[in-house]
Amino acid sequence: MRLRRFWDRYWYAWAMVAPVVAVLAVLIFYPLGRGIWLSFTNLTEANQLEEICTRSITGEEDCQPNPNAYEFVGVDNYIHVLRGDVGEFWQWFGVTLIWTFACVVCHYLIGLGLATMLNRRLRGRGLYRVLLILPWAVPAFVSAFAWRFMFNERFGLFNVVLSGIGLDPVAWFADWRTSLLTAILTNVWLGVPFMMVALLGGMQTIPAELYEAAEIDGATPWQRFVNVTLPGLRSVSTTVILLGTIWTFNLFSVIYLVNAGAPAGQSEILVTGAFRAAFQGIRNYSLASTYGVLILSILLVYSVFYRRALRKHGEVW
Amino acid sequence: MSTPVRRRGGRGPLASIALHGTLIVASLIALFPIVWVVLSSLKPGYAVQSTELALVKDPTLANYEYVLTETNFPRWVVNSVLVAAATMVIGVFISATTGYALSRFNFPGRRQLLLIFLVTQMFPVAVLIVPIYTIMARLGLINTLGSLVIAYLTIAVPFCSWMFKGYFDSIDTSLDEAAAIDGCGPFATFWRIVLPLARPGIAVTAFYTFLTAWGEVAYATAFIQTDSRFTLGYGLQQFVPAFNPQWEYLTASAVLITIPAGVVFFFAQRHLVSGLTSGATKG
Repeated sequence: MRLRRFWDRYWYAWAMVAPVVAVLAVLIFYPLGRGIWLSFTNLTEANQLEEICTRSITGEEDCQPNPNAYEFVGVDNYIHVLRGDVGEFWQWFGVTLIWTFACVVCHYLIGLGLATMLNRRLRGRGLYRVLLILPWAVPAFVSAFAWRFMFNERFGLFNVVLSGIGLDPVAWFADWRTSLLTAILTNVWLGVPFMMVALLGGMQTIPAELYEAAEIDGATPWQRFVNVTLPGLRSVSTTVILLGTIWTFNLFSVIYLVNAGAPAGQSEILVTGAFRAAFQGIRNYSLASTYGVLILSILLVYSVFYRRALRKHGEVW
Repeated sequence: MSTPVRRRGGRGPLASIALHGTLIVASLIALFPIVWVVLSSLKPGYAVQSTELALVKDPTLANYEYVLTETNFPRWVVNSVLVAAATMVIGVFISATTGYALSRFNFPGRRQLLLIFLVTQMFPVAVLIVPIYTIMARLGLINTLGSLVIAYLTIAVPFCSWMFKGYFDSIDTSLDEAAAIDGCGPFATFWRIVLPLARPGIAVTAFYTFLTAWGEVAYATAFIQTDSRFTLGYGLQQFVPAFNPQWEYLTASAVLITIPAGVVFFFAQRHLVSGLTSGATKG
């Protein structure tokens, strides 16, 4: 009877979320479960058939079990990946950390700086705002191509300018550090508008009385920024930093299109490295899944710690 | 400020110059790559690949003509529009009801669902792409645009539901109550009262979904194999292979892709921001 009452009270809410839950279950959680399972097998494009069927002259199909069919291999994939037998997990992991940290810090600081400036009363604010948001309006892959074009070693804008002022052109893609730098610069350019706009939105919800009160108490602009603006942005900041970190960590298109992991895959981040390892040549599905599971675990651990750190500061979220 | 008599919000001329200077430099940085691509797209091939710095050189529309008539580019645009539009319609339709339920009803499972939406943001392409690929292969959908629509829904739906929740939160619940008193059931309330009020929210979510699908690269690269079925994100890579890349065509198509996206963007961006922040802060 309790069940019955439960159902009467909530059935319409459940009915409303049902389509999304179905999509999530079929398209995210089933694949996720299967991905985790695949990471314990040796499935590749070459051994994916469970049966090999040959058609005889009479037109009948004769199916036999594939002697080389994929099988359960335990944690072998993880050992291979972590030992560096396939791909370069630790190099890519290091690159991913540098990439994520550099991008998120630059996004946030530049975004915060620009938002603070735009939050003041000043002439031409609307125009600045539109211009500064422009990079967001361009589809990301188009911008990625544009930056790769500008970093071209022979005729790209940067090298042309460098040789124009008498400096040596830089072979951007010959070293993983400069190669990664090109991708980071691209992504900073791409991502600042989002941060700026999100933080600006947050700033506009801070009541003006707080600033007035601080001013009456004789707070300097810097003190007002630190003691009024920053605390007022807390909830927006924590969300955009968490989401920004996750998105950047998993950002496929910029690395894939701007520096393509040059040279020799050394500047790949985990996501693109896994993609290339898995989808170039014979497609190695189990390897890709192994990488995917590792990436997901890293992010889960990160967000658990992030939430815990927030909770310590009394944030319920 | 050193002089206490200054009007509130006022600043000295030096501070003013510094402020405007910084903003102008930032705007130029934001603008420049776009301008450079537009300029390059108007140059003939040899000038694009020249090591000599020139803003404008022998301006021509030949690149545009070539891209539009000699390549599969128009086809890719059509493909991208089809995929993006289908993702948009399906994604918005199913996430709107979810956003409403999450915003209005405190039902068992609500907290978990919100958490799941956050967690799904963490799923890397690498872990989902293979299983989704094998599912598609089993259904015979590989190398079809349908497979892309399904794959993009996994990206769009959680985020859209989240955004819709933020929008519905900002609509006064007294309207719902009034409708309930007048005899509307929960579905009728949603459909007749709340949804029409959330029209800007729908526009923004639709736009977001559209852009996500419009610019996706990884699934498109993995699922589609025939030239005539490429979407733009993958098709454009064809212009710049490792050997003999043709940057002049790439820049021209980049401009063609950006113009419509940019125009729509400016109508949506104001709402996009408020939707994003309200969804994020009222979690």
